[in-house]
Amino acid sequence: MSAAGVLFRRELALTWGGGGGPLLACGFFACLTTVVPLAAGGDPAVLKPVAAGIAWLALALASLLSLERLFERDLEDGALDLLATGPLSLEMVFAIKAISQWLATGLPLALTAPVAALALGQPVELAPLTVLSALIGGLGFAFTGALGAALALGAKRGGLLIAVVVLPLFIPPVVFGSGALDRAAAGLSPLSALALLTAYVLFAVIIAPLAGAAAIRSAQG
Amino acid sequence: MIAALHISDLTLTRGERTLFRNLNFTLAAGEAVALTGANGAGKTSLLRAIAGLIRPEAGAIVFSDAERRTIDERQARGRELHLLGHLDGLKSGLPARDELVFQSRWLGRSHAGIDEAIETLALQSLLDLEVRKLSAGQRRRLALARLIGSPRALWLLDEPLSPLDARWRDAVGAMMARHLAGGGMILAAVHDPLPIPTGSLDLGAVR
Repeated sequence: MSAAGVLFRRELALTWGGGGGPLLACGFFACLTTVVPLAAGGDPAVLKPVAAGIAWLALALASLLSLERLFERDLEDGALDLLATGPLSLEMVFAIKAISQWLATGLPLALTAPVAALALGQPVELAPLTVLSALIGGLGFAFTGALGAALALGAKRGGLLIAVVVLPLFIPPVVFGSGALDRAAAGLSPLSALALLTAYVLFAVIIAPLAGAAAIRSAQG
Repeated sequence: MIAALHISDLTLTRGERTLFRNLNFTLAAGEAVALTGANGAGKTSLLRAIAGLIRPEAGAIVFSDAERRTIDERQARGRELHLLGHLDGLKSGLPARDELVFQSRWLGRSHAGIDEAIETLALQSLLDLEVRKLSAGQRRRLALARLIGSPRALWLLDEPLSPLDARWRDAVGAMMARHLAGGGMILAAVHDPLPIPTGSLDLGAVR
């Protein structure tokens, strides 16, 4: 098996297994979307127009949860040095870790999202679009989130720092993602919003590994 | 394969502090050098600089092969050297076997050396335990196993023997002697002498 395959399998095992993984993110997501009707009242006339927005806000927040451990754990136990003396560049290592983060957090969240949105009053026909947009957006959350995690390496209370660094970067996917759902709910084509969402995510997928690898090198040095 | 490591006029700083200036030395195939010096003299930093994790303030670190051609740094660091520091990179929640297999395959891309590593370091009975359940010495043996599990020419070791008992110090000494006999190189930061004949480099003296 190639070095990339070896690392990918291990990262997936760590993100699925260690530190809560997908269950934690989905549980948090479900709690958050349950609290909203309790706080704002169960009136469908109030909830239905904001269902997509709330679902996306909850997605963004749930994506933050396991970021802190993504690189910090490897810095603490020395695994980051091991990864740096391996055959792949740190940029590749970063990308592999971000993709496994997406598969362990973004993918289960994307499958949970339509259920929560449905509970908030979103029409059933929008469920496939919700999954699709959450999957694309989740990839963006994973890469920008991993960048935040790399930037916060070695900082005390890194988890909070990551949230502050990363949440502004989460704004565009939230805007485009919930925008796509709103347009579809209004009977318009969601394609323009989806295209913008995908463009932002692709940008993040290219830029984040370069910046993230530089941040890791600086934390190691 | 790396056949020599040349360090010329190397200056390392950490923060505002200069660790040492103008360090020169060469390590050739089959040689081991014991790196000594007081705490804070820069032994670990030198090893990390050679592994490419710290950028030197000045000077050059050059790897060359048997025909004296320079090897690309990335190639040398990514495929031909081991860095084993205080932190061994083992995940405490995973079984020892998974860690050994991952480390060996990640660094060496083959299955060949793993069985040999298990035998040399007598890890068979430890393989099913979680890493957190190992004693410090057992844990170090598991970390040392990657040196055999994925053969690489240059070993950069930071206090490799400290948690080991007398029997395992000798066994690891024999392991090092075999590595040198096969054309390998060892640079080890130590406080106690290694159980093999070594050159010595005292960082306290070059300051």
